Amino acid sequence: MKIGTPKETFDGENRVAMTPDSALQLQKLGYDCAIETGAGAAAGFSDEAYEKAGVEIVKTAAALWKTADIIAKVRQPNETELKRLTKNKTLISFFNPAGNEKGMDLAKSKGANVIAMEMVPRISRAQKMDALSSMANIAGYRAVIEAGNNFGRFFTGQVTAAGKVPPAKVLVVGAGVAGLAAIGTSTSLGAITYAFDVRPEVAEQVESMGAEFVYLDFEEEQQDGAATGGYAAVSSPEFREAQLAKFRELAPEMDIVITTALIPNREAPKLWLEDMVKAMKPGSVIVDLAAERGGNVEGTVPDEKVVTENGVTIIGYTDFPSRMASQASSLYATNVRHMMTDLTPEKDGRINHDMEDDVIRGATVTYQGEITFPPPPPKIQAIAAQPKKEVKELTPEEKRAKEVAEFKAQTKSQVTLLAVGGLLMLLVGAVAPASFMQHFIVFVLAVFVGFQVIWNVSHSLHTPLMAITNAISSIIIVGALMQIGSGSFLVILLAALSVFMAGINIFGGFLVTRRMLAMFQKS
Amino acid sequence: MEFGFTTAAYVVAAVLFILSLGGLSGQESAKRAVWYGIVGMGLAVFATLVGPGSGLWLLSLLLIAGGGVIGTYVAKRVQMTEMPQLVAAMHSLVGLAAVFVGFNAHFEIRNVAEVFAIVDSAKDADLSDLGAFAKLIAKKTSAELAILHVELFLGVFIGAVTFTGSVIAYGKLAGKVTSAATKLPGGHMLNAGAAALSLICLIWYFNTGGFFPLFLMTLAALFIGYHLIMGIGGADMPVVVSMLNSYSGWAAAAIGFSLGNDLLIVVGALVGSSGAILSYIMCKAMNRHFISVILGGFGGPQGEQMAVEGEMIAIEAEGVAAALNEADSVIIIPGYGMAVAQAQQAVSELTRKLRAKGKQVRFAIHPVAGRLPGHMNVLLAEAKVPYDIVLEMDEINEDFPETDVAIVIGSNDIVNPAAQDDPNSPIAGMPVLECWKAKQVFVSKRGQGTGYSGIENPLFFKENTRMFYGDAKQSLDKLLPMID
Repeated sequence: MKIGTPKETFDGENRVAMTPDSALQLQKLGYDCAIETGAGAAAGFSDEAYEKAGVEIVKTAAALWKTADIIAKVRQPNETELKRLTKNKTLISFFNPAGNEKGMDLAKSKGANVIAMEMVPRISRAQKMDALSSMANIAGYRAVIEAGNNFGRFFTGQVTAAGKVPPAKVLVVGAGVAGLAAIGTSTSLGAITYAFDVRPEVAEQVESMGAEFVYLDFEEEQQDGAATGGYAAVSSPEFREAQLAKFRELAPEMDIVITTALIPNREAPKLWLEDMVKAMKPGSVIVDLAAERGGNVEGTVPDEKVVTENGVTIIGYTDFPSRMASQASSLYATNVRHMMTDLTPEKDGRINHDMEDDVIRGATVTYQGEITFPPPPPKIQAIAAQPKKEVKELTPEEKRAKEVAEFKAQTKSQVTLLAVGGLLMLLVGAVAPASFMQHFIVFVLAVFVGFQVIWNVSHSLHTPLMAITNAISSIIIVGALMQIGSGSFLVILLAALSVFMAGINIFGGFLVTRRMLAMFQKS
Repeated sequence: MEFGFTTAAYVVAAVLFILSLGGLSGQESAKRAVWYGIVGMGLAVFATLVGPGSGLWLLSLLLIAGGGVIGTYVAKRVQMTEMPQLVAAMHSLVGLAAVFVGFNAHFEIRNVAEVFAIVDSAKDADLSDLGAFAKLIAKKTSAELAILHVELFLGVFIGAVTFTGSVIAYGKLAGKVTSAATKLPGGHMLNAGAAALSLICLIWYFNTGGFFPLFLMTLAALFIGYHLIMGIGGADMPVVVSMLNSYSGWAAAAIGFSLGNDLLIVVGALVGSSGAILSYIMCKAMNRHFISVILGGFGGPQGEQMAVEGEMIAIEAEGVAAALNEADSVIIIPGYGMAVAQAQQAVSELTRKLRAKGKQVRFAIHPVAGRLPGHMNVLLAEAKVPYDIVLEMDEINEDFPETDVAIVIGSNDIVNPAAQDDPNSPIAGMPVLECWKAKQVFVSKRGQGTGYSGIENPLFFKENTRMFYGDAKQSLDKLLPMID
């Protein structure tokens, strides 16, 4: 089968869904690759590079859509493109199925199978094809870079001969993939970074990236992200109030604010209100990564950079990944390639559209003339915060009572053991002759001493312990030596053999122990 | 010389042996402790030689010297990775010696009885051509003789089990016998049958004192030793070896009873309890009952095991090197795979390089890692890894969350999170090293298969785990030059 990638038709879109690298990998799966001429130019991939990778260059979009069995592209396809689909063609692309019913109907009527890259479920197996995450990662990085570009000062604090520079303070709202990428970039540039998220379980991730998590003084059972596939859910009005109050408190201090809060299939929540924008210092920068969905910030204009009256820059670009087209293309192309790998389990260049597979089922929005959106919930949940087990704090009295009970139980078991042991001993004593009892006492005491001594042996010396006990267990030689003076030849023979074997053991055991112990060295 | 001198020497020897074992509580005092043991043994042998009842001095000394030469040769030559085999092989010698000494005691009793039968009175009997041990027997009453029968019977029984058991354990550890658990048809019934036969033989022997029941029992015991250990798989070997260690002690103690020798009893009891404690520690570390280990095989799963979700993600040496170069703290978890691949030198070199860069490198040792209690410690010590960075499970388990990189080399079940997460797992409840809490985990492993126990390990599927496939030594050798 042939995989084709057309030039993106969306205005200003620089990305491309196939790179020379990914084409090579796709060919290994048994596919032929084709690309529309100039499709990769804006992302820095020339037609020659594709040709060198064995990709067929097709002159027009129409020809490409016609020849390819599988079309991989980036942006949601427009009507003209969808009309070019036919039965049995597969389209892999961002599709925005929730807001694109017309497109789905069209694809359905054409009988084509559509895989929407944003619908890849968020489970660990599917991470390698999670294009939302790879694009969000780029957006997060680029957001910081754009902010820096518009921010008139350093990120990192410096003490120079020309004076002291305070470090910039950055607040990242929403610690999803984009948020975490922004946090990472910002901390590595040297800014003091704060982060907020409604999902308390991400605090650990935030802190691991070197930022400080902003906690609210708010007591409410927060729904953790697992139930919603790792995304945030809508919060209660009280919670929202507490959140806004915290932001109001932080606003005057912050130099840069990056908002990334999105709730699946909804308008972006307004989190940074007008009064907070007003409270910020002149020269501060806000980057609103949610601009495409209405924005988290009051005053955001999608695709524009605006400067407010008090000198705060609000950046509402929606094309961050496209602004880093080369990087974004190679990541997206890799996501697509992984999707193809899963679709081609036999590596024979034929698609096996397995609707039983969680990932493929989840991402498929139309299949053989049927709309299959929304998908059933995946069988496997996203990684959730483990609900904390409640450890009951014991009161001192309870603790004391418990200790007493434990002590009593211990005493009881010990006394029982002693009583039973003593009784058995008496029974043995009643039957056995005195000479036996003498030895028996020695035996019991030796076992007792043995237990006391061995418990103290350090774990790391267990092997030497075995070697040395092995050596001293050849004390059996004493028995053999006592018998070797016998008159009977058979006895002498057996005793001699025993002496010989015990001799091996004594020397072998002690020497090997010494060798081992000599190796243990302190640093 | 007088009997009093021998006894005094025995007391000193016994004290020295106790000190010797007690000295193993620390690495430094252990070096002194070996000398206590050596002196104690020398004293015991010397006192017996000069004491009453021994003869054939020259032959005895020659035999000891001959054994000594072989023992020395073996001890000098043995590789540290072969230590489990060596220990098992040496146990078999003690077991066989116990059988022989037990037989001898029996023969002596017969000899004395024959003399008595002729002269009819203990006082007039001419015992001068019999050995000292025979003279000792001659003084015994009939009740004491009966006890003596039981004692030597026990000594021979335990000795025989130890002998074949150790031989099989040696074979398994040395790879000469399959390490899988194999049983003859009939399974434990055969063992039970042999044990019952031994019991019948005991009663028979107790009543008649003939050699045949003793011999029959020896055969049965040899079979039990063979069949019992054949049925135990390779990963349970730490328990088996320490159990055999314990048996060899009990055999010596039983022989000590029959010979009326307190030193044998004391040392046998010391060794026996030492082995018993080691077995107990090993079993506890695997959260299994001693009985279930001895009877072999893992118990069947009690229910549906959790399905493992995710996939194993492979990584190349470059990736591991990059992560190690960035990490501040590293914990290495070695297992039997490291011993098999002889990778301890490479591990040590890696440790040295990382430490030279100022990184914190530590080792986490699970009690049952390897095939012998403390096996990993000895291997690392051999490779000159300082012992103060080699820590026990309890000491280090809490530190994993603050660790940047955990490297698992050739271990599997001891790092299996299913032991904690999945109540239906066959190893549920076993204490494990919580390496998955580290920021990143690298697993050096030969292939994708499960370990000895056949249990799927969810660790390999975790998001922060990367699989570093290949032979442990070759992988590390590839990795080493990339650490700068």
